[in-house]
Amino acid sequence: MSVTLNDEPLLNVSGLTKYYGGRIGCQDVVFQLWPGEVLAIVGESGSGKTTLLNCLSTRLPPSTGVIEYRMRDGSMRNLYQLSEAERRFLMRTDWGFVHQHAADGLRMTVSAGANVGERLMAVGDRHYGKIRATAADWLGRVEISEDRIDDDPRSFSGGMRQRLQIARNLVTKPRLVFMDEPTGGLDVSVQARLLDLLRQLVADMGLAVIIVTHDLAVARLLSHRIMVMKDGLVIESGLTDQVLDDPREPYTQLLVSSILQV
Amino acid sequence: MSVETTSNLEQEYNFAYLDEQTKRMIRRAILKAIAIPGYQVPFASREMPMPYGWGTGGVQVTAAILGKADCLKMIDQGSDDTTNAVSLRGFFEKTAGVATTFKTQEASIIQTRHRIPETPLREDQIIVFQVPIPEPLRFLEPRETETRKMHALEDYGLMHVKLYEDIAKNGRIATTYAYPVKVAGRYLMDPSPTPKFDNPKIDRMAALQLYGAGREKRIYAVPPYTGVRSLDFEDHPFEIQSFDKPCGLCGAEGVYLDEVILDDEGGRLFVCSDTDHCEERRAAGHTGPMAADPAASQLSKGSSDAEDTVQ
Repeated sequence: MSVTLNDEPLLNVSGLTKYYGGRIGCQDVVFQLWPGEVLAIVGESGSGKTTLLNCLSTRLPPSTGVIEYRMRDGSMRNLYQLSEAERRFLMRTDWGFVHQHAADGLRMTVSAGANVGERLMAVGDRHYGKIRATAADWLGRVEISEDRIDDDPRSFSGGMRQRLQIARNLVTKPRLVFMDEPTGGLDVSVQARLLDLLRQLVADMGLAVIIVTHDLAVARLLSHRIMVMKDGLVIESGLTDQVLDDPREPYTQLLVSSILQV
Repeated sequence: MSVETTSNLEQEYNFAYLDEQTKRMIRRAILKAIAIPGYQVPFASREMPMPYGWGTGGVQVTAAILGKADCLKMIDQGSDDTTNAVSLRGFFEKTAGVATTFKTQEASIIQTRHRIPETPLREDQIIVFQVPIPEPLRFLEPRETETRKMHALEDYGLMHVKLYEDIAKNGRIATTYAYPVKVAGRYLMDPSPTPKFDNPKIDRMAALQLYGAGREKRIYAVPPYTGVRSLDFEDHPFEIQSFDKPCGLCGAEGVYLDEVILDDEGGRLFVCSDTDHCEERRAAGHTGPMAADPAASQLSKGSSDAEDTVQ
């Protein structure tokens, strides 16, 4: 996988902290993300992975800290100083968010085609034929057969829903996609297919991805870099293979050694 | 009707039922609504002596703008003499004592449930709509906080998702009433459940349009001569209903028709939904294919007079 030749980061995070009252959600997180790079955030439940992801994706304002994002015009903007309208526009054009439960990210009562077409219509596409053709194309790319285009996602299997959610997010050709346990709750063979698909799409489109997972195998397969979190702190980060093959922190060693070897 | 002729009981009500402070509050909301065409202004809707769904919003708006010299017309589904219209006309005759009429031309205020008269309205007229659900995005997005934000940010892609679904499922835009419109290029608005046939009439209408939703506590307005565009797709443009027959009674074409079942053998009659329009045309000598001989109306009038004298 080739990382785009670009020495300017896409995302610049410094001193990011979120308190829930007196409790810590995540504390003092510092990192940079480059275009086309896949970063995995791993750790056990309650370690602050999802809090961090929500702060990054402007779904949850942090207590302190700065998140800067390089807009399409090349300027670096502080996300929490954007207007609400700009932030929304960013979220439905330049970004994607893949939820763990597809029902949170899809409109379950409208057809698959409309689900994929929603972002296009939101940015002003007003030609039914073109919207439908694009939707059909994207369904094909995520391996959903075209004759399901008018079916509700309610009639889809878990794996299909997840793939539909991915198509819905990628239709506007975003540059950064957030994923929260995208393979959670799927059986192993479906997981494998989904990961394969994701890996291919990420490579084809040169996407930057921040993926939260507690499954180290997912991190190993998809990500270039990895951050290990514990109790709201990032305790170790580095290249994925390096961290997983040669963990330095005792906690990371514990995590790696707790994978079932079959 | 002068004040002296009303009974003591009715004199205990203020003019047009609502107290003056309430009317001022509603007028302020109306002024704001006119200033921001299509924007839903919250107002402190009152309990009215009629159930929600009977036009409590429209009644409050009418009460707030009604003056002693006004002439009021009430429409229910195009008709002046069905339950809702009769009740609400009676309400204002009792509590305000204003003149009422069936004739669109004579009215200064027209309160309507789901139709706009076929006769074009004038600048000196006001049309008041009774609105059940003012939020066009409600069935797509149930959260009020979210729909308000969508209006504020002009984030209306979701409405097109609904129209997309219509075409995907039915091959055309199957929404036939409460068809969403964009007012003055800015706010998305539900023109109340009028048939989409009437949508072209609200575009650049000479009369002021006021919309009142009592249960949902919202007032919105379209000022005279404001551009109102029905949403559509480039390859599926907005269309109104068309009828392949003229009105059975007055022979009018290009008007909205109601279907009336005549018998249990498939007999049916298509007739103007706007009863005043139909009657005026018949008075002017137009007759449709199913109209009775003019002499027959004389007959029936004669017989009902006879019954009256018997009683």
